[in-house]
Amino acid sequence: MHPFAYTAAQTPQDVTTRGSHPPHPDILAGGTDLLQLLKERVRTPAELIDINGLDLGGIVEKNGCLRVGALVRMSELAEDPRVKRDWPVVSKALLESASAQVRNMATIAGNLLQRTRCPYFRDVTTPCNRRDPGTGCSALDGLNRIHAILGTSDRCIAAHPSDLAVALVALDARVSILGPDGEDEVAVENLHRLPGDTPHMETVLQPGDLITAIHIPASGCASRSHYVKVRDRATFEWALVSAAVGLDMDGGTIRDARVAVGGVGTKPWRLRAVESLLIGKAPGPQVFKAAADRAADGAQPRGDNAYKVELLKHTVTRALMELGGCA
Amino acid sequence: MTDQSSAVIGKPVSRVDGRAKVTGAATYAGEFRPDRLAHAAVVTSSIPAGRIRALFADAAEASPGVVLVATHHNAPRLPYNSMAQRPQVDPQAGDQLRVLQGPEIQFNGQPIAVVVAETLEQATHAAALVRVEYDPTPAVTRFEEAAKSPRKPGAGKPTDLARGDADAALAAAPVSVDATYDQPMEHHNAIEPHVTIAAWDGDRLTLWDKTQWVGNDRAEIAHVFGIPEENIRVVSPFVGGAFGSALRTWPHVTLAAMAAKMAGRPVKLELTRRQLFSAIGFRPRTVQRVALGAEADGRLTAVIHEAVGHTSQYEDYAETTVEPTAMLYSCRNLRTAYRLAPMNINSPCPMRAPGVITGVLALEMAMDELAEAAGIDPLELRLRNYAERDENKDLPWSSKGLRDCYRTAAERFGWSGRSAAPGSMRDGRELVGWGMATAVYPTHRAAASASVVIRDDGTAVVRSAASDMGPGTYTAMTQVAAEALDLPVERVRFELGDTDLPKAPVHGGSITMASVGSAVQAACVAARARMRALSNAVDPVRGADYAGILRRHGLPQVDVEADAAPGIEQKRFSMYAFGAIFAEVRVDPNLGTVRVPRLVGAYGSGRIINPKTARSQCVGGMVLGLGMALSEQSEWDDRFGKVMNANLAEYLVPVNADVPHLDVTFVDEHDPHVNPLGVKGLAEIAAVGVTPAIANAVHHATGIRFRSLPITPDKVLAGLAKR
Repeated sequence: MHPFAYTAAQTPQDVTTRGSHPPHPDILAGGTDLLQLLKERVRTPAELIDINGLDLGGIVEKNGCLRVGALVRMSELAEDPRVKRDWPVVSKALLESASAQVRNMATIAGNLLQRTRCPYFRDVTTPCNRRDPGTGCSALDGLNRIHAILGTSDRCIAAHPSDLAVALVALDARVSILGPDGEDEVAVENLHRLPGDTPHMETVLQPGDLITAIHIPASGCASRSHYVKVRDRATFEWALVSAAVGLDMDGGTIRDARVAVGGVGTKPWRLRAVESLLIGKAPGPQVFKAAADRAADGAQPRGDNAYKVELLKHTVTRALMELGGCA
Repeated sequence: MTDQSSAVIGKPVSRVDGRAKVTGAATYAGEFRPDRLAHAAVVTSSIPAGRIRALFADAAEASPGVVLVATHHNAPRLPYNSMAQRPQVDPQAGDQLRVLQGPEIQFNGQPIAVVVAETLEQATHAAALVRVEYDPTPAVTRFEEAAKSPRKPGAGKPTDLARGDADAALAAAPVSVDATYDQPMEHHNAIEPHVTIAAWDGDRLTLWDKTQWVGNDRAEIAHVFGIPEENIRVVSPFVGGAFGSALRTWPHVTLAAMAAKMAGRPVKLELTRRQLFSAIGFRPRTVQRVALGAEADGRLTAVIHEAVGHTSQYEDYAETTVEPTAMLYSCRNLRTAYRLAPMNINSPCPMRAPGVITGVLALEMAMDELAEAAGIDPLELRLRNYAERDENKDLPWSSKGLRDCYRTAAERFGWSGRSAAPGSMRDGRELVGWGMATAVYPTHRAAASASVVIRDDGTAVVRSAASDMGPGTYTAMTQVAAEALDLPVERVRFELGDTDLPKAPVHGGSITMASVGSAVQAACVAARARMRALSNAVDPVRGADYAGILRRHGLPQVDVEADAAPGIEQKRFSMYAFGAIFAEVRVDPNLGTVRVPRLVGAYGSGRIINPKTARSQCVGGMVLGLGMALSEQSEWDDRFGKVMNANLAEYLVPVNADVPHLDVTFVDEHDPHVNPLGVKGLAEIAAVGVTPAIANAVHHATGIRFRSLPITPDKVLAGLAKR
């Protein structure tokens, strides 16, 4: 491990101040991903700033919106009775993530900022544009069974690994960001960037920015929502493909629909085209399947991950069918 | 009158070391703390072939806490004396990797420097500061390329077996199948990483090492350093899982001893999880062709089995992959071949049921294909080809409980309710499949010694330099000793894992119970006879009387040592454990996932010393087979010549949610020939046959043959799409 200075932040401003100046410390929350990255030397920060002592916890429901403190642990949010009732997709996505032990440590904000599982990103001896800009992408013509088919570029095809982010993107959740110049709010959907020519710039966060909370609005789609995750083993594994879906019903008609998918995009991926094919229709296998058939539009498979094109459609269909009571 | 309290063989005694393990009191190799212990970090090559042009250690040497940096420039030249007889745990041809003896690079991940520092953190940081420049040379990193011109293993057991004319019989067979099966490279991934602590005292060396064979560890290091074996003591009381990875004495053991010598103080060297994918061995990728010919009624007329496994550039690691095929079924015409594909990779090594698990999975998947081709139930096909004697060695079986295994497991599974047509057993949207396979593993035995001390407090200590990597050696040996000594288990302590103890063979190949158990029994029988002689009794002496007898004679204790070795029986009988495995799978045809709700296994493995630890062995073996079938694979990148999923997050061993209801039965089997205890061992047989049973069940569910393991969702979806 690279030697680093350790600071425990006393206030959020400690983070924004220190963070916006060299050596730009890495933020330590649950540490479940950061410690892996430090031990493998994927990250070699000169300083770590520990935010676990900050008052960034708590789950508060207010004005039809759930405010989740950045340091709320995955297990706490997953087991919250309000979440289970009114935002089931959030609870399911969390419970299908990681293991019980990891969920007890890992935080909500940290989960959104976890780094890709691309094996080349995590092995410092191989080229990786995301880790070392300009060195090349080893996954393009390498082992890419787990890689993305949507939002890729010729510089990077790494899939975003978070399940929670997929659920949050489906529900129009937003994050509060405290920066050196004050507070801001960004949709989770806009938090992550596409790799483009700069895959090393993963989010819109600037040095010194600190996610303080996540806001998840209540909605008909949120209260009737579902998560389906396909993976190589039954638990404790990232998604090959996942789907977060929500259906707001008006009698026998779909008033509103939300569909977001994971394991297939370089960032959490919202499928508005699929949603629009659902809205105004009566739920049923044909409607679900017809909508899901558009899920992989624009997909660019690259070798080992070609199976994800069909699997994506099947997964979205399955999620809709299960939610719609057709499965 | 017998004392029932001491009749403990066959009883489900809980692990005698269980409390020590769960409370942390058990001391594993890496937990010893000699004075002035320094910590080592290994620097490894990042190219698969070539030479080190320049190695810059100055930055590392200047880093805080660094004691030294050992490289090929400053490391002592070690004699690496050859051993009079190469231990069976080493490849039988080629030369072991010599560490820091020169600039040559033979694989990616080869140790090229060792940094010793006051703390582990200082050592690992400094290791990253070592800068290396290479002159790369062309490397063989593609298996397919290496397999084009494979070669015969340079030494070792013959793998090309033949009887009759298999090719002609295959061509003439009314029913035949001919297919190729691909099993990927797998790594052991024991939870305990490999670790060595080395401490020199003058020319005497103590090694605390993770090893399955302290005796060979001592011998190998003695030869590497050119010092007498008596100068070395190896201590290894607990092993946190090994699965064969700690059979050999790996280069890092030499590195630890070398670094300690150079530093003039004890050094601890623990490999990182990523390094465990290149510094120790692995199960080689093996591609196998199996062709079977049969009469219309399913009786085999031809068996051809050709396998190619990969090995390193410097050693021929050969497995007995094709050997079980020569004995498992009755067939007049047979031909087998095993070849090696040398690559720029570290040498493979045995991994639980080495070779056998690989060969049997291909044969048993092929048998399933033959059953389908002949229109015969898979179990019935096995029964029609039942081998009444070993047609390879032309010997009778010492015992064979396989018919009982088939019947017992089939009944417990409910096999008679199987509907033969693939895809015919749906449950809702899920495709249900039932499959089965045969399991087999040879019963070996080696010479072993054990000692007994009976003390005047009525307790006994039994010792042998054996190992317990998890199966329960401590417990089972305590039971054997307690019964032979007529003492309750609580009054007997078994000690192992130290070269100061009586010699034991390797803890591998399922031989420990047969070998060390026989020695323990012999020593205890002799000790009890000694007590009887002291007591002048006519009747057998009772364990409860030991204390009184010793006190009457004013003896604080008696010491007895005994040797036990296999005899002529090995030439008169063919000895194998057998088993039958039945699997149910559920395949989601849309998502491509395969889940296994239940596995049923029945085993004929001689006498079961402890049904509790025996069941654990079998359950563990089933989980290994499940992983091999569905998720485990070391993902190799041809371009870099390295494993890319080199961590426990991406190398997918089954988790609890993957593990189904596991049903284990031992059929009654009395074998008077194998060894004095009548045991056949369980470690390996438990892993064999599970993978093909699952693969065959997936075929039954889907109608598709998945001949490339593991059967992951992408393969299932691709297969179903072609249907």
